Amino acid sequence: MVDKFKTKDLNFWYGDHQVLQKVNIGIPEKSVTAIMGPSGCGKSTLLRAFNRLNDLIDNTRLEGQILLDDRDIYSDCIDITTLRKRVGMVFQSVNPFPKSIFDNVAYGLRVHGWKNRSKIESRVVESLKSAAIWEEVRDKLHKSAFDLSGGQQQRLCIARAIATEPEVILFDEPCSALDPISTAKIEQLIEQLKHNYTIVIVTHNIQQAARVSDFTAFMLLGDLVEFGKTDRLFTAPQDKRTENYLTGKFG
Amino acid sequence: MRKTKETIGLLLVRLSVLVVLLSLFAILIFVILNGVKVIDLEFLTQPPRAGMTKGGIFPAIIGTFCLSIGAIVFSLPLGVLSAIYLTEYSRQRKWAGAIKVGVNALAGVPSVVFGLFGLAVFVKFFGFGVSILSGALTLGILILPIIIRASEESIIAVPNKFREASLALGANKWQTVWKVVLPTALPGILTGAILGIGRAAGETAPILFTAATFYQRKLPNSLFDEVMALPYHIYALMTEGTKRDLQVPIAYGTALVLLLLVLGINLMAIIIRTRIRRAKKW
Repeated sequence: MVDKFKTKDLNFWYGDHQVLQKVNIGIPEKSVTAIMGPSGCGKSTLLRAFNRLNDLIDNTRLEGQILLDDRDIYSDCIDITTLRKRVGMVFQSVNPFPKSIFDNVAYGLRVHGWKNRSKIESRVVESLKSAAIWEEVRDKLHKSAFDLSGGQQQRLCIARAIATEPEVILFDEPCSALDPISTAKIEQLIEQLKHNYTIVIVTHNIQQAARVSDFTAFMLLGDLVEFGKTDRLFTAPQDKRTENYLTGKFG
Repeated sequence: MRKTKETIGLLLVRLSVLVVLLSLFAILIFVILNGVKVIDLEFLTQPPRAGMTKGGIFPAIIGTFCLSIGAIVFSLPLGVLSAIYLTEYSRQRKWAGAIKVGVNALAGVPSVVFGLFGLAVFVKFFGFGVSILSGALTLGILILPIIIRASEESIIAVPNKFREASLALGANKWQTVWKVVLPTALPGILTGAILGIGRAAGETAPILFTAATFYQRKLPNSLFDEVMALPYHIYALMTEGTKRDLQVPIAYGTALVLLLLVLGINLMAIIIRTRIRRAKKW
């Protein structure tokens, strides 16, 4: 299996505080990779390095490389807006724009210069269908996104991320603000999406990692402790720390 | 002991609110009682006659309208863009801090100083003369701090998660500001703008040397005309002329019109804000 993303000796600092320690990981294409670990282990920082969202934070420093299709995304010749078009993201804080449902999904297309109305419209519909929310919103596309429930809003955000046809979708604890039924729907959706997209999901929920992922990475205090096929990692962890975490000795 | 303190505290709080409300009502009632007698259709639609002792204040209403709209047209774009710079672009906190101190200082400058500045710069240096343009620009500078502060506050209040969502979709900074941050901050910015219009409408000193004229029958037909204005009209009626007993009631009538105008503008600000808030809740 081909690696979509590859990190090489990735170090990351907030000020003097190092949050990623020589992380080497390959994210396999068109499958779901879960990154799990206790709070503060660096999992969200690693995720946000993949679309360079950490760039927004002042006083941070990155060393090492992240390769997307074997090209360094931190090199000077990379256009950051193009990178982020290729690598979409769904956030922990459910964050549709204060706009209509339609305009939320169309936003990404418009910022990338789409003008043709009917083309935008058909892509919006397509994206809403792929995010399994079309049936619920087809009659109210021009209503505010805030009229939807939390779970629906999160699927809307997924539709918004899909619309620009990314190759990778990053999920940063997408269900932590949602009820169990909405969570189940999002997990189902992730199952379907992996056929077309490379998916990376950060979660502190061990069961969720087990349910949705093909590969799992376990991180602790900025170290990538263990990485492997989910079945194998959960049944026969090779590192004592992974085993302790899975059996609930800490976390 | 604790109980008595509580009682006294509550009493003080209630008393203060009462005093504030009473003074507000006193002003309102005073102006209404004194002013309402002279207000009729002629007063609102006709120019003054007979050496300001009869007729209406229509040119002053139009003048104040032109001046305050002119002020906002000039200061809203400038203020909003400055606020965007201060909140979204100025990476160096020191710079932004210095600019903010400057803006606050601007807010503390006495308004008559703005009038002198306007006279020196717009009337004389740029040669706009005593005109709507000079007055509007002077008032515009006067209300800039209001616009900048209101815009800054409402831009800062836009949750960061919207910016992140936009940038993560590949939007650049300007697109994010323009398409997400500004629309979300709009209610607050508009409120600031309308409060600014109200402030501009009520000021006397800045237009004293830059725009206002004592008496004019015809309406202005270009930006370079001088105009009558409501606050200045009151001032003129109270300080000039010889028939005080006839002029004073007209001054009160003018004050009432000005007061209603400013209150109306503020009311509009509140309505617009609640409307947009209701439509865009998050």
